[in-house]
Amino acid sequence: MIALSDYLVLGAILFCLSLAGIFLNRKNVIILLMSIELMLLSVNMNFVAFSAYLQDVAGQVFVFFILTVAAAEAAIGLAILVVLYRSKQSINVDDMDSMKG
Amino acid sequence: MIIDMPNLELALPEIFVLGMTCAVLIIDLFLKDKNRIITYLLAQLTLLGAVLITYSQIGSPSTTGFSGSFIRDPMGDILKIFIYVITATVFLYSRDYLRARGQFKGEYYALGLFGVLGMMIMVSAHSFLTVYLGLELLSLSLYSMVALNRDSEVSTEAAMKYFVLGAIASGMLLYGMSMIYGITGSLNVVEIGAYINKNGTSNIILDFGLVFIVVGLAFKLGAVPFHMWVPDIYHGAQTSVTLYIGTAPKIAAFAIIMRILVDGMEALHTDWQQMLTILAVLSLAIGNIVAIAQTNIKRMLAYSTISHVGFLLLGIISARPDGYSASMFYVLVYALMSVGSFGMIILLSRSGFEADTLDDFKGLNERSKWYAFMMLLLMFSMAGVPPTVGFFAKLWVIEAVLNADTDMTWLAITAVLFSVVGAFYYIRLVKIMYFDKPEDDSAITPDVDLKVVISANGILMLALGVYPGALMSICQSVIQ
Repeated sequence: MIALSDYLVLGAILFCLSLAGIFLNRKNVIILLMSIELMLLSVNMNFVAFSAYLQDVAGQVFVFFILTVAAAEAAIGLAILVVLYRSKQSINVDDMDSMKG
Repeated sequence: MIIDMPNLELALPEIFVLGMTCAVLIIDLFLKDKNRIITYLLAQLTLLGAVLITYSQIGSPSTTGFSGSFIRDPMGDILKIFIYVITATVFLYSRDYLRARGQFKGEYYALGLFGVLGMMIMVSAHSFLTVYLGLELLSLSLYSMVALNRDSEVSTEAAMKYFVLGAIASGMLLYGMSMIYGITGSLNVVEIGAYINKNGTSNIILDFGLVFIVVGLAFKLGAVPFHMWVPDIYHGAQTSVTLYIGTAPKIAAFAIIMRILVDGMEALHTDWQQMLTILAVLSLAIGNIVAIAQTNIKRMLAYSTISHVGFLLLGIISARPDGYSASMFYVLVYALMSVGSFGMIILLSRSGFEADTLDDFKGLNERSKWYAFMMLLLMFSMAGVPPTVGFFAKLWVIEAVLNADTDMTWLAITAVLFSVVGAFYYIRLVKIMYFDKPEDDSAITPDVDLKVVISANGILMLALGVYPGALMSICQSVIQ
């Protein structure tokens, strides 16, 4: 039997991996977008685990909404990425330094 | 199976705005560029209609609907009316700016209206689900609005930064929400509050969830140390979009703080008081000190926003109803001041020229005495010089901190000290306008409606400063 805590630990590990992916990554913006998706999925893991544990469907309903919003968010993120590539000819994180102050 | 019909009347303003926005989106497709003004007029009509509908609901007692995930209450009504009025002002200010740059397109208005819908849902949210959905509807509209100026390298870069940091903030907020849900077994803020009251506040996982929620909210508000995105986005976005981002969304952010922290988790206030105190002190310090070093006025106003967020948090830190109403007064006044200040930048800019450095304001008094005086009123109000309204906004939040149950005199003193530091860069701008020689002598010739509204905006700073009681008593009556 897998306990609730196991799911929560998995959720926490995924969340930390996604944060590390965002803050340590210095190369590619696409990896940032992947990390953001991973972050939302780790939250989904938490919600589903709690929902099953509490015998309450509200958490699973929330997961469906998060999935939908994540899809919209990915669409907008990739659209911005295309525009960025067209104006900068690069999607390197280090090149995003034109504003200072 | 019996399906309960939800009380749709509660959400009448939201339904109206949604329907009209979809109509704007479709009608815009069939318009030629020379008729684009119709989109603009429809957008203004939508906001006007929303004002009327929300106004007709004022006075009725607060009601929840949609299985408890939506609330219509007096506080929400007032905040929504301010959101409509300020967005209408934003649309008006940016119309000629967009036209001069060949950007007068329907997308700006459609996305702006969807953002308004998101803010309305945030204001009326009564469960974590509605908070999240409203927040995302607003944020997704804002990301795409920043990227609207797609040929500009800085705008697209700003959009990317905003997108990544905004997504991290949503992730943090959601992670905190999942923890709170796991402990309390509910997403509804009132049920969460009831659970915490019943079962005590000593649960460590509740605090764990609370930290993530506060971090997420701080990101969205732009409080230090989660402020990195604010200056870059204000600077990188074109002024018409900065105008939108810097004003009405702050009102919605205040609303979700009230819903989550106050309605939902007031029992945990000793915990969130400490967290917000750190955020407030850092925001006041970094915001006011770094703003001095800026030469770009949009960046300067971005740091000034950060310091105003610090003040906004002060009223909430007091964890008392009078503190909440002082904060509400502050955020409403702040939205009015900032729409005026960014409006002045738009007023001075023209085709091919963005009046966004301090030097562009040199000798404004010689070019136009009236607009220089309006800018003076706005800057004095931001700095908190009596008799402008900014003084009373600051006075009341500081008074609320002094009245708090725990002794926080040091916090009030810190706030006053940093607002003195902050006065320096606002008054430096006034000095530049009145005592420096102008570098360009071109006349300022706005359209009549822009002239009238920006003058009204400036004079309002003085009028509300002389008679602050009316707005304050509204803020007090809607928060008990």
